[in-house]
Amino acid sequence: MEKKLYTLLVYSENIAGILNQITAVFTRRQVNIESLNVSASSILNVHKYTITAWSDEEQINKITKAIEKKIDVVKADYYTDEQLFIHEVALFKISTPVLLDNPEVSRTIRRHDARMMEVNHTYSTVLLAGLTEDIADLFNKLNDFKCLLQYTRSGRIAVTRSFDEPISDFLHEQESKDND
Amino acid sequence: MSKEVITGSEALMRSLHNEGVKTIFGYPGGAIMPVFDALYGYTRGEKKMFDHILVRHEQAAAHAAQGYARVSGDVGVCLVTSGPGATNTLTGIADAMMDSTPIVVIAGQVGVGALGTDAFQEVDLVGVAQPITKWAYQIRRPEDVAWAVSRAFYIARSGRPGPVVLDFPKNAQNHTCEWNPIKVDNVRSYNPYPAIDSSAIEEAAKLINGAKKPFALVGQGVELGNAQNELVEFLEKADIPAGRTLLGLSALPSDHPLDIGMLGMHGSYAANMKTQECDVLIAIGMRFSDRVTGLPSTYAKQAKIIHLDIDASEINKNIKADVAVLGNCKETLPAISSLLNENNHRAWRDSFKKYDDMETEKVIEPGIHPTEGPLLMGEVTHVVAEVTNGEAVLVNDVGQNQMISSRYFKFKNKRSIVTSGGFGTMGFGLPAAIGASFGAPERTICCFCGDGGLQMSIQEFGTIMEQQAPVKIILLNNNFLGNVRQWQDLMFNGRYSFTHMMNPHYQEISKAYNIPYDLVVDRKDLRSKVEKMISTKGPYFLECSIKENEDIVPMTLPGKSVDGMLLELDY
Repeated sequence: MEKKLYTLLVYSENIAGILNQITAVFTRRQVNIESLNVSASSILNVHKYTITAWSDEEQINKITKAIEKKIDVVKADYYTDEQLFIHEVALFKISTPVLLDNPEVSRTIRRHDARMMEVNHTYSTVLLAGLTEDIADLFNKLNDFKCLLQYTRSGRIAVTRSFDEPISDFLHEQESKDND
Repeated sequence: MSKEVITGSEALMRSLHNEGVKTIFGYPGGAIMPVFDALYGYTRGEKKMFDHILVRHEQAAAHAAQGYARVSGDVGVCLVTSGPGATNTLTGIADAMMDSTPIVVIAGQVGVGALGTDAFQEVDLVGVAQPITKWAYQIRRPEDVAWAVSRAFYIARSGRPGPVVLDFPKNAQNHTCEWNPIKVDNVRSYNPYPAIDSSAIEEAAKLINGAKKPFALVGQGVELGNAQNELVEFLEKADIPAGRTLLGLSALPSDHPLDIGMLGMHGSYAANMKTQECDVLIAIGMRFSDRVTGLPSTYAKQAKIIHLDIDASEINKNIKADVAVLGNCKETLPAISSLLNENNHRAWRDSFKKYDDMETEKVIEPGIHPTEGPLLMGEVTHVVAEVTNGEAVLVNDVGQNQMISSRYFKFKNKRSIVTSGGFGTMGFGLPAAIGASFGAPERTICCFCGDGGLQMSIQEFGTIMEQQAPVKIILLNNNFLGNVRQWQDLMFNGRYSFTHMMNPHYQEISKAYNIPYDLVVDRKDLRSKVEKMISTKGPYFLECSIKENEDIVPMTLPGKSVDGMLLELDY
């Protein structure tokens, strides 16, 4: 089956050790996690994991179910890119002498809508927030200019195209059960 | 009024009592001593609440808890110390995870302040247990004990059952808190009983009503859901023949007219062959283990598959379902039954007979009624099954003894098979049988072992001696690791790489442990010696001197289709 980059959104209780349980589901099947971001969600005490991995649909479906089976995981779903609003952030540390020497470098940075965060005599720091491809493109260009000193990229963060968190309805249902 | 102030250890005792615990299998050690001290007062005198069974190895505590849980339907409990005490239970925990057995393992831990310092007998138990438990939690404060214990039992027993680990640091055992009993009966992130989808029920019923050759696979889910009666009504209404998985053997009485025997690699010939002929396959509380499916890409390709399971992650995991019916089969089975037409599939059922006859002639008769040569495993099982009249609990170890005793034992009652199915843990049988003898004290417990598996847990003779646990140990001794030997003959040109085993003098061992012993060598003595074993009160050890190179047949070779099952092995 064809492999695609899938994004998993996982919601869990705020209890120690859950990240370990989630990554273990991938480890057991020897599937690499491409990127991982953990943050608070809009719901109190519910944490949100955004995970990307190359997989085929059958496998990602099984992985998602195995994650959702964990007791303290509230919900897990997988998505393709068109189902999500996606963003990433990258920081590029580049050589200031090359930046000053070659005007194409700063033109390229501007064309990508990247921001200069810091400039000093030896190095400059550039921030770009955008899609994976935009960041990869800027990386390749800066690399070609031979000015790149350091580079780092955040994990993907994503929100769904649904109105609120995909677990809001589920949690309301659970709460109404509690009140019965 | 101010609340009572108690230690975490005392809170543990009260919490276990509130969960209905009566029996604990355990072994003390440094990091669990405060709990054992609290336990002392509750195992004797007026305050007695628990029986504590002192095992001889922590792995046996876990297996005994499994045996207890499997026959009683209650949660099995074991109590061990930190570090090696805790890691020794891991095999039992993994086994319980594979076979959906509700146990709670409570382990001591070094104090919270010493965590991560490589303190004496420290191990990251939650870390190592997480992949093989339903839930693993560290109770770091005495005030969390009541909540954690109740949550542990709720999780272990609800939905698809499984093992839970509670890691209990020593400071939380010793420190005090106000006593606040808590009952957990809901965890918002956990949905043990999925809502039943009526359209799935209707679709399933429609398929079954239209089926000409329906075939049901009965798994342990039926036992776990206590749906044995609902199963019979379902099968009888639509006249559906059924095979049973290893773990589901006693979910349907073995003399039921619709039963066609065990599924799987060494199951019945008809059950395997007809899987490839049926038009609708109805899997009920089973997970399409590779031992059942053989080569999955060829499995029941001609059939529409209906899969009833409580665990959503089982659907399409191994075999794709055309209709998935999520839920407890206690509810889904009657819901489907109510939509079924009464039916008669006589011709289809009769067509099984051809295969049954072939198996009877080539395998069963020569296996259970041999007239010459050394004793065979099948005849021993057959005699034990006859003498116990199908009323006993079968506990077995792993390997040839397991396959043969599972094939030929008879089951009249539910919850009568205790076996290590998914994990295949050698050494499981003896401690699980001890646990079963406490979980079902009124029943006869027959424990079939091979000489390999018995020696993996032989220290538990000490527990049997001390408790006078009424376990009937039937040792099928062929001086070989028989199943591996069989595979070596089949696939490794008969090169017996370390499968021949020198055995101890079992009579001397029995004598040392004061367990009545007998040896069967001659066929003519078999029945009387089995009868003596069953009629003797308390434990008994019957050693049977078995043919050295008996093979288990029929057999589906690994990686082959189920209809490639062989009645004879040619090597």
